[in-house]
Amino acid sequence: MKTIIVAGAPSAGKTSVLLRLLRHLPAGGPKAAAVKFDTRSSLDPERYRHELGIEAIGGVSGYLCPDHYFISNMEEALEWGLSQGAAYLFIETAGLCLRCAPHIEGVPALTVLDTLGGLQAPQKMGPLLSLADILVLTKGDLVSQAEREAIIFGLSAANPRAAVYQVNGLLGTGSLALWRALEALPEVEGLEGRKLRHDMPAALCSYCTGEKRVGRRYQTGSVEKISTSGAMNAC
Amino acid sequence: MLGSLEISGGRDRAGRAEAVRALALRPGESLAVIGPTGSGKSELLADIEQLASGDTPSGRLVTLKGGGDAKPGQRPAVATLSQRTNFIIDASVADFLHLHAGSLGKQRARLAEDTVALANTLCGEAFALRSPLQRLSGGQARALMIADIALISDAPVVLIDEVENAGIDKGAALESLAGRGKISVISTHDPVLILSCPRRLVMAEGGMSRLLDLSPEEQLRLQHLKRMDDALLRAREKLRAGQRLPQIVCRKRADGGGCCK
Repeated sequence: MKTIIVAGAPSAGKTSVLLRLLRHLPAGGPKAAAVKFDTRSSLDPERYRHELGIEAIGGVSGYLCPDHYFISNMEEALEWGLSQGAAYLFIETAGLCLRCAPHIEGVPALTVLDTLGGLQAPQKMGPLLSLADILVLTKGDLVSQAEREAIIFGLSAANPRAAVYQVNGLLGTGSLALWRALEALPEVEGLEGRKLRHDMPAALCSYCTGEKRVGRRYQTGSVEKISTSGAMNAC
Repeated sequence: MLGSLEISGGRDRAGRAEAVRALALRPGESLAVIGPTGSGKSELLADIEQLASGDTPSGRLVTLKGGGDAKPGQRPAVATLSQRTNFIIDASVADFLHLHAGSLGKQRARLAEDTVALANTLCGEAFALRSPLQRLSGGQARALMIADIALISDAPVVLIDEVENAGIDKGAALESLAGRGKISVISTHDPVLILSCPRRLVMAEGGMSRLLDLSPEEQLRLQHLKRMDDALLRAREKLRAGQRLPQIVCRKRADGGGCCK
């Protein structure tokens, strides 16, 4: 089963890109399925079922760190995909805090980002961008050709390994080239023992466990303080 | 170094073979794509942008022969410009052009100056290298985008989707692209822009239905339509500048009424 992890900031166009991409699936041919990880709620599994008629399930992390929830459920997602007899499994997750990346060694990793993030976005996105195999740039029709080219240059500088594809999530333009690239990706049959490409954020302070009050006296566990005397602390 | 763009016909929406079976565009050539909304103009542009290889609904085959880095996932072979296109960065025109040229590894002296000079020949009001990008008018921004595609972008093919109302000199814009060897494909309803292209492709029901050459009669009509277009543009500039429009004195009828209304 071809398994592709699709990550990217909220509203970057992940679901739209996938909906466009899956239209290239030949009718009556191999099946696709999708798993959507979200933080609060999601209508996307419904969209996959209705707009494309493919099987889809959703997972909502709720009060848990969404990235931890995601990685803790990867095997379940893969097993579900296999049980559906899918030839393609898309596992979609928001990149969230940009501190880490949900990408796993040996599992094709696709990161979606939009042109409206501007030219500095490549520097701001961190491992989500630098550790992906394929970068998909959306909303290209909203900015000038020059800016698009400069953004692509920035993306390639931040991640020289990755191919950059431009996809218009509304019209589907560009999804064909991306589909051709996905067809060449390796299959994934199991995940046990594979490693995340980047470590996950530590979640060890009182706020991780539901503390709501502001103030030093309520802060316990691993708490780091900003340096107010000079340069900002690196996170 | 630039190659020709070749399109092999596929099927229209009803599954019939397209009437235009093959079409080749050489560097410096421009083609108008015309037809009512829903006739398949955008699909054709999308096929070109993606270099379709029989794998889109139309079944068309689009190839860029000789030159032009068309490797997927790399630098785009096709530049696009549409009504929706905007500048999003907050920088001066100079910084922006240096950034774009730098990202393509182009360091030629005066490249930014030349680009602004070209843009200023396309639009009514001149702007400067130090002008903030976000303060440019619609016409100035369009003109800069076209000049930038002509002089800085590497893409050998330019797709232009409906840029008629921006207040720029359409003929000069087309010439500036053609003069640099770009292949321009323009989806438009604007008669001046349509007739400024030596050939036009008529779309119907999702298919390429006819390919028409500009006739000698149409060439004359183009001059006439251009004068009307220029008159509109001049009136626009005068009104914008707070002036009054003088009464038209018709050469044929001294009373000023009738034919020029």
